[in-house]
Amino acid sequence: MSVILENVSKIFDDPSRKDGHIKALDQVSLEIKEGELVTFLGPSGCGKTTTLRIVSGFENPTEGKVFISGKLVNDIPPNKRDTSMVFQSYAIFPHMSVEQNIGFGLELKGHAKKEVKEESRRIMEVMGLLPLAKRRPDQLSGGQQQRVALARAIINKPSVLLFDEPLSNLDAKLRDQMRLEIRRIQQAFGITSIYVTHDQIEAMTVSDRIVVMNNGRVIQIGTPFEIYSRPAKRFVADFIGRVNFIPCETVSIRGEEAAASFKGVEISANSHTGDLADGSPCILAVRPESLVLEPAEKKTKSIIGGKIEKAVYLGSVVEYEIDAGLDSPILAVSHDPVVNGFFNQGDMVAINFPKTAAHAMASE
Amino acid sequence: MLQNSFAKSLSDTKKILKDPILAMAVLAILLALGFFIIFPIARVVTTAFKDGNKWTLGIFMNAVRNKYFMQGFRNSLLVGGLTAILGTAIGFLFAFAVTRADVPFKRLLHAIAIIPIVSPPFIGALAIIMLFGNNGFITWNLLKIQNFPIYGLRGLMLAQTITFFPVAYLALRGVLESISPTLEDAALDLGGSRFKVFMRVTLPLALPGLASAMLVLFIESLADFGNPLILTGSRFPILSVQAYLEITGMYDLPSGAALSILLLVPSISAWIIQKYWVSKKRYVTITGKPASSSIKIVSPLARVLIFAACMLFTLLIIMIYLTVLWGAVAKVWGSNNSLTLEHFKYAFGVGFKSVKDTLTIAGISTPVSGTLGMIIAFLVIRKSFPGRKFMEFTSMLSFAVPGTVIGIGYILAFNRAPFILTGTLSILLLNFIFRYVPVGIESGIAILRQIDPAIEEAAIDLGADAKTTFSRVTLPMIVPAYFSGLVFAFVRAMTAISAAIFLVSSRWFLVTVQIMSQVESGRLGSAAAFSVILVIIIFAAIALIRAVLKLRYGKYAGTMLNF
Repeated sequence: MSVILENVSKIFDDPSRKDGHIKALDQVSLEIKEGELVTFLGPSGCGKTTTLRIVSGFENPTEGKVFISGKLVNDIPPNKRDTSMVFQSYAIFPHMSVEQNIGFGLELKGHAKKEVKEESRRIMEVMGLLPLAKRRPDQLSGGQQQRVALARAIINKPSVLLFDEPLSNLDAKLRDQMRLEIRRIQQAFGITSIYVTHDQIEAMTVSDRIVVMNNGRVIQIGTPFEIYSRPAKRFVADFIGRVNFIPCETVSIRGEEAAASFKGVEISANSHTGDLADGSPCILAVRPESLVLEPAEKKTKSIIGGKIEKAVYLGSVVEYEIDAGLDSPILAVSHDPVVNGFFNQGDMVAINFPKTAAHAMASE
Repeated sequence: MLQNSFAKSLSDTKKILKDPILAMAVLAILLALGFFIIFPIARVVTTAFKDGNKWTLGIFMNAVRNKYFMQGFRNSLLVGGLTAILGTAIGFLFAFAVTRADVPFKRLLHAIAIIPIVSPPFIGALAIIMLFGNNGFITWNLLKIQNFPIYGLRGLMLAQTITFFPVAYLALRGVLESISPTLEDAALDLGGSRFKVFMRVTLPLALPGLASAMLVLFIESLADFGNPLILTGSRFPILSVQAYLEITGMYDLPSGAALSILLLVPSISAWIIQKYWVSKKRYVTITGKPASSSIKIVSPLARVLIFAACMLFTLLIIMIYLTVLWGAVAKVWGSNNSLTLEHFKYAFGVGFKSVKDTLTIAGISTPVSGTLGMIIAFLVIRKSFPGRKFMEFTSMLSFAVPGTVIGIGYILAFNRAPFILTGTLSILLLNFIFRYVPVGIESGIAILRQIDPAIEEAAIDLGADAKTTFSRVTLPMIVPAYFSGLVFAFVRAMTAISAAIFLVSSRWFLVTVQIMSQVESGRLGSAAAFSVILVIIIFAAIALIRAVLKLRYGKYAGTMLNF
């Protein structure tokens, strides 16, 4: 079922601030389509959890409307909303067994005991929890608790499944494994899902689309590919993946074609942010893996020249930090050093990149 | 800003109306708190400041100009201050001995520090006059001193210190336990001497706790009624007793109300400082894992000294209880110490009605007050609704208002139509329920703060309404705290006197009041016998609650609290 937010704002009282309140969400509008898994990604305090809690009904928006399956739900309390949440702390009821935890939602909806038992068994089977059915929560590992929390949420066949940083309490290996499992189960059941995380790799792995948030605003919505390859703002480029920002001057903008100049060298780039005018300062965002390095003495035409400050050999790749006279060193990654060879510290290099890999955008 | 908070309370109201049971519970509790806590206090204020329909300062100024009353005011503050210092010092000594000094007999010390909490609050006073009074065992029988000056400041301070130091002990023990010993280890490691580490690390970290304990003891001392009634006379007047005598002796309600105001102002001030200022100054020690430490802060010599001091005080308390026990079976205390069961016969015969009445009242009011406390704690901590701050403030207010003031408030509020309750069981029950509700709230709040709110949100998310969430999820998790709150509420109800003494009648009489009247008429033996019976009932009840808890919730009781 779809979820639509229309101009949703949320203001919290905050006595520690001068004006006594803080705007946690600022005019957030977005639509989540049926069966889709959408991630809210952003640094802590960006408003992603608040948005999730507004969808679940634990917070009321100060302004704006929330629709679930086309129905306005602003005044519907959380226990009457058809959403199920997987909590960051799992929130397993400590006084109930695994089976009782999982069956609790159906029991509350008044299903017959036998039916609750059968359905719980079926879900536990799918999730590999059957051997743990009679265990008490304090006898479960973190990963097992996580699975119980997920089973407890999906057994209700909710219209929307909500994940509040579900993997942040797990160790790295388990995290990789659970994120594939969550994706598998979400797709198997086809449940519309909202997933909150501050981990970009997690977001890239599980999502159909990512909503990047900062300071209570939506900065960009797109597929993982779009977010990474066509960042709409400096913040997005910076927050997701590693990036170099090259300060330039805008020469001209023609549709999505941009010409920029860096220390007199004209560079072709693409521009889709729509926030540039001819002659204004801009930045070029270029990913480290898009940079092409060549030895400088060959007199080849280069965009930027620099000296290798640091070379870190990682086996499959070599990572460089290059001093090009900018505020921060330029990062570059070159692949397959065994075949392609690599530079050493102190080498002078010429740096080039293809037009498609450079994104001109406003510097702020 | 204002518009904002208005919009918020409007949306809170809207949300709460969606859950009618919750809305009704909130409304009922707010009304009840207003009626049974605020209204009686308001009646005291209007009686003190209103002459007919006119507001006046005249009555109050008369009380202030009265030398005898002002002497009582000064005495009360003096005793309150001294008891606060002495009681906190001894409480800290015990807490330090148990948590830091690694002394032998820690369990005994803990038990000694707990016993006065579960005893009638005037048992110290009773024992003191039996030991040091005119026919005192030590002063008269052993030392042959007549009229040893124990009545007055010295005796009262001793009695109150014995009665109230456990309150400081429990609070400070918690404070010291929360200070990680690794901090002291770190300071020692940096080259500090033990004394310096104590002065520069341990003590400063415990300071907010010490200040808070002192304020609480100050409030308790001001409110104390039993000890001063027994131990002070007209030569060393104490405010709470004066107010009582004005009302029951002189039938002067306005003067009694004015004295209540004099008593109320310092108590409420101390409470507000404690609640809104000192308690916010607590240090939170940030630690990873619970650190193990060999605790080297106490030198061997200091350990011996601390242990000796604790033992001395322990012996004093043991002596007090033995005195009362002996007094209960001695024929005529001080002159004929041969054994007899006469006093118990009297207590089980003529006086047994008061035992039955007390049990009935405590038995009914305790579970009601405990449950109400848990519900209020739940609402205050977990729900947002208009009036939440009011609910929290009012329900905790009973703790700060001296019993004498509440007692006077109740007879002023409920002795005329349409609320004629004086002389009935209801007035005692209502008084006890609302007076001891903070006990339940405090233990409820403490446990709820430990339970991740997401657990309740999970239940709501799965479709549970407020009532189901409370009964199916919250309640089972807070049951252990509920019962430990119940124990304290029961003890307080069994040993209550300051407010209750205004509300008893020939139909409903209390053991504590019975003990007081026995003391006043010089029948120390039967007073001691009643005290012994009271203590035995309390211990039996605690044992029973513990047994039930273990039987019924045994498998949760331990793990749930740690979860």
